[in-house]
Amino acid sequence: MTTQPPPVVQNSGQVLPAGHEPANLGDILERVLDRGIVIAGDIRVSLLDIELLTLKLRLVIASVDTARQIGIDWWEHDPWLSSRARPPVEPGPRDPEQVEAERRPRVARRAARGEEWDEFDG
Amino acid sequence: MSSTADLLPAAGPAGPGLGVWLHGVTRDVDPALLATTSGMDGAPVRAVRAAGLVAVVSAAPLSEYGEEALRRNLEDLAWLERAARTHHAVVAALSREGAVVPARLATVHHDDARVAGQLTARRAELTAVLDRLTGHDEWGVKGYVVPGATPRAAEPAGSGGAGAAYLRRRRAQLTAREEGQRIAADAASAVHEAVAGHAVAARRHPPQDRRLSGAPTAMVLNGAYLVGRGAIAGFRELVGALAGRHPEIRLELTGPWPPYSFADERPTGPALTVREPAC
Repeated sequence: MTTQPPPVVQNSGQVLPAGHEPANLGDILERVLDRGIVIAGDIRVSLLDIELLTLKLRLVIASVDTARQIGIDWWEHDPWLSSRARPPVEPGPRDPEQVEAERRPRVARRAARGEEWDEFDG
Repeated sequence: MSSTADLLPAAGPAGPGLGVWLHGVTRDVDPALLATTSGMDGAPVRAVRAAGLVAVVSAAPLSEYGEEALRRNLEDLAWLERAARTHHAVVAALSREGAVVPARLATVHHDDARVAGQLTARRAELTAVLDRLTGHDEWGVKGYVVPGATPRAAEPAGSGGAGAAYLRRRRAQLTAREEGQRIAADAASAVHEAVAGHAVAARRHPPQDRRLSGAPTAMVLNGAYLVGRGAIAGFRELVGALAGRHPEIRLELTGPWPPYSFADERPTGPALTVREPAC
């Protein structure tokens, strides 16, 4: 084998004694919140609560404003967020022509009103 | 195993004001492991035995883990992180010893009898899952977009004012970005299929958001693979080879994890079909 192995992140809880660098919080959270067997406890947050939690969690991690500034709109498209019942889908690929077709009328309207381009991404 | 550890005063059933937090279900557990593993309240975890199964639990004061408190606390990221790490540490410790069915975070019962009741009621399912998981670990393979790995669209020439030029430039950037995402998504599917072929079971999870992943570029693959302990060397080698074959995405291998993604007995698709490991 001539290829280099990919960067390997060891889940340190598994291979190193406790006290070492902990495993990535995101990896742990998605596992303990989303996976694992569901056993009906007497006190248990409902699926709806978990759903809301996920939304809130994401808003804590990335404020909407920050996300918008860097062009992320995952809260609209992210399958994990919008519905966990839906199977995972590829992020993307939207037809570029369709994107343009949707964009053009908006752009034209704004151009007609003489608006600034900096609102282009609205 | 009928351990006397279960009968020690410190390992008794939950008292008033105490819930029972379920970490996971195993066939058996070493009392020494219980004694050295801290649960949600910082005290050692306990075993609740029924129907030939062992539920590993810890005391969960209802002031913190009761219904209302739990709902409030789960929204506190610092609390959530501590709870998630504590729960995960217990599950991981159990997984190092043998097969474990991890319980989802925040599964709390009123007392040990209720936990035992669940073990009895779901004995067949839990046993089947444990059989399937024995000798296997979960590995994660994540793939991220590599910026610049795909051809950049040339800036189109044209007439018009600054606004129109900006629009054209944005349009070209968007096209390049969509093209890049498509190429990365194709690579992600190819990698997933190849890796799944080397695993006993595979699941493709939705990509993590960038803020959660902490990665500078978008995640396009978030796969989980159940791999036999004897097949790990070949599995690592395969992921390394795939990383070389697909420079358009950056692969990251994590694990071994407890089999969180494979704790559910209900198969969700052909990816869960049990196969002989390819190596």
